Amino acid sequence: METSLALILILSPFIGFLYNLFAGKKTREISGIVATLAVTVSFVISVYFFQQVYVSKTPIVVHLFNWISLEGFTIGLDFLLDQLSLLWLLFVTGIGALIHLYSIGYMHDDENKDRFFAYLNLFVGFMLMLVMGGNLLVTFIGWEGVGLCSYLLIGFWYKNQSYNDAAKKAFIMNRIGDLGFLIGMFTLAHIFGTLDYAHMKAGFSLASLTSPTVFAGLTLAGVCLFIGATGKSAQLPLYTWLPDAMAGPTPVSALIHAATMVTGGIFLVTRMGFLYNVIPDVQLLIAIVGAATALFAATIGLMQTDIKKVLAYSTVSQLGLMFLALGVGAYSAAVFHVVTHAFFKACLFLGAGSVIHGLGGQQDIRKMGGVKSAMFVTYVTFFIATLAISGIFPFAGFFSKDEILLSTFEHNKLLLVIGSLASIMTAFYMFRALFLTFFGKFRGTEEEKHHIHESPKTMTIPLIVLAILSTLGGLLGIPGYSWISEYLAPVLPAVSEEAHHLGAMEYTLMGVALVGAIVGIAIAYFLYLSKKNVPSADEEKEGFGKVVYNKFYVDELYQAVVVKPVYALSSLFTNVFEKAIAYVVDGIGSLTGYISTQARLIQDGSIGTYLVAFVVGLCAILTYLFIL
Amino acid sequence: MAENVLKLIGIDSYIYLTILLFSVGILGVLFRRSMIVLLMSIEIMLNAVNLLLVVFSVYHQDAAGQVFVFFSMAVAAAEVAVGLSILVSIFRNAGSIDFATLRNLKG
Repeated sequence: METSLALILILSPFIGFLYNLFAGKKTREISGIVATLAVTVSFVISVYFFQQVYVSKTPIVVHLFNWISLEGFTIGLDFLLDQLSLLWLLFVTGIGALIHLYSIGYMHDDENKDRFFAYLNLFVGFMLMLVMGGNLLVTFIGWEGVGLCSYLLIGFWYKNQSYNDAAKKAFIMNRIGDLGFLIGMFTLAHIFGTLDYAHMKAGFSLASLTSPTVFAGLTLAGVCLFIGATGKSAQLPLYTWLPDAMAGPTPVSALIHAATMVTGGIFLVTRMGFLYNVIPDVQLLIAIVGAATALFAATIGLMQTDIKKVLAYSTVSQLGLMFLALGVGAYSAAVFHVVTHAFFKACLFLGAGSVIHGLGGQQDIRKMGGVKSAMFVTYVTFFIATLAISGIFPFAGFFSKDEILLSTFEHNKLLLVIGSLASIMTAFYMFRALFLTFFGKFRGTEEEKHHIHESPKTMTIPLIVLAILSTLGGLLGIPGYSWISEYLAPVLPAVSEEAHHLGAMEYTLMGVALVGAIVGIAIAYFLYLSKKNVPSADEEKEGFGKVVYNKFYVDELYQAVVVKPVYALSSLFTNVFEKAIAYVVDGIGSLTGYISTQARLIQDGSIGTYLVAFVVGLCAILTYLFIL
Repeated sequence: MAENVLKLIGIDSYIYLTILLFSVGILGVLFRRSMIVLLMSIEIMLNAVNLLLVVFSVYHQDAAGQVFVFFSMAVAAAEVAVGLSILVSIFRNAGSIDFATLRNLKG
């Protein structure tokens, strides 16, 4: 029963994928409905499992078959449905279903929407596999699969070359991280002789941590898996693919590049929390990388003018905060933020998509403005989500971000300052985007002005649901009584991470965070509403602002440091090595040809010559045999 | 009776004769241009070898050599028939049986 239900859960999106792949062309009009239904089925089953595990508090393990079976080393195709994976399943399938529904409206006029929904379903299927995997290898299948779908969907509008480049960039960046994942996996298999999460966790107490080689191996594995996580979750230094990934259709940005796939790295680190808990140096590394990414991306976000790019950098920044939480051992805070972030960031992206849809494809916030009356539902939901991400009480982001900052406070004051700065910046640039988009006067063309319209119901309903979730999501983890950390306690490593003692210090911190956010909002209000500033055109930027607007020239740096040398190396190989090899091979060929041309002349067709040769040869043989 | 033959003329004389015959055959093959002569020279060589076989058969008092010669002659007869018919065919096609003019096998 459980096995077949779990199978339906994971196969349903794959079936939707196959349907849309093979039959979608003929039934294009219902392809979106089929895809949405497929994900909804998964969602319903997830809810069932969730309720079951919530009551019984025992994880469900589904063993399908032994996949790799060697002497003393077995990997099965296992699914593990515990508290952690079920939480992920709920929001992946839940938000996934909403975004599928939204896509029906958003992609209504696209001629290839059957292909779009096929990819989207395939993505959900792989994401489920990633989350449900009972061992690292099954997770890795899903990990690679979602990377593939990300690639396919970023380059969905394949006629635009720069979109294709963005897709390739995402794929290659992820490959770098995947190499880390693989090495980490091999190391763990070497140490534990298994990749099963439960067995590794159990084997952990046995593994002698006192042995320096084992400890070094664990550290290596931890760092490598974290590199994998930085690739998937867009952290420094592998984050540059995520902003470019906005080339894909907006629902894709919402689902894959904000709510689900990019949280894969957080999921992995949380899953392997028992490992990270014994290697504090790596934890510190994670915290530093997370904090640095949060601040760095937030800084870039300040100057962006493309509404989706603003959201992309805010995603990178928020993911950085989650890694900061993981680094200080606050796993449940990180997961909490993943969940709330999924709510409000999906809502923001879908809202942005709704605006873009309403303006006929315009993404530049300098050319928007004043659309709030025409697009009221979009405006309200976007506003709520912006409040949530800025950390305003009592919206979801306030609680989760606060949880992270509180945990950081207990470990490292410097990181707290960096994290808080990033949060203030987030509040500023999110409200900057909000004000520029919805308030003031419309700055686009007349034609666009007439085009403005509220999006259809299939698009506004998901927005409303997500806005409600963004408002109420904070209830999952109220300070003092955190449902989520209690719920996750059985699967997370036991650390001194029980509900924070609410003292004066904690309330002060909350207050400071709130005031910081309000200050950020006030600055945005002052600059963009009172003074009615509009960000200057690209070429007018100067000084530090120009550097930030151009994303600190990181892409250019990578271009110069990595891409150019690789090109130089490959041109060296084509122009020198390949030519040298070609000369040698060609030389052998023409030498053989020359020799045979010369030898051919002996064969002149005269029988007499042949006979002479025959007799001479015979004489030579006889001489050799009998006389010499 | 058989021994008498060899007593009358020594075995070495026979061997010299066969060498002579064989050399004549080889020289014919090498220096004559007509294919008919070529074929005849080959026959001479063949018969030189046949003669040698018979001589040694007598010398060793073993009939096998002589039996072998009968087979060899039968095969030679067939070979000549085939060879001549090929020659006729070549003559019809090329108008000549001088193999200096037949150079179609030139590589």
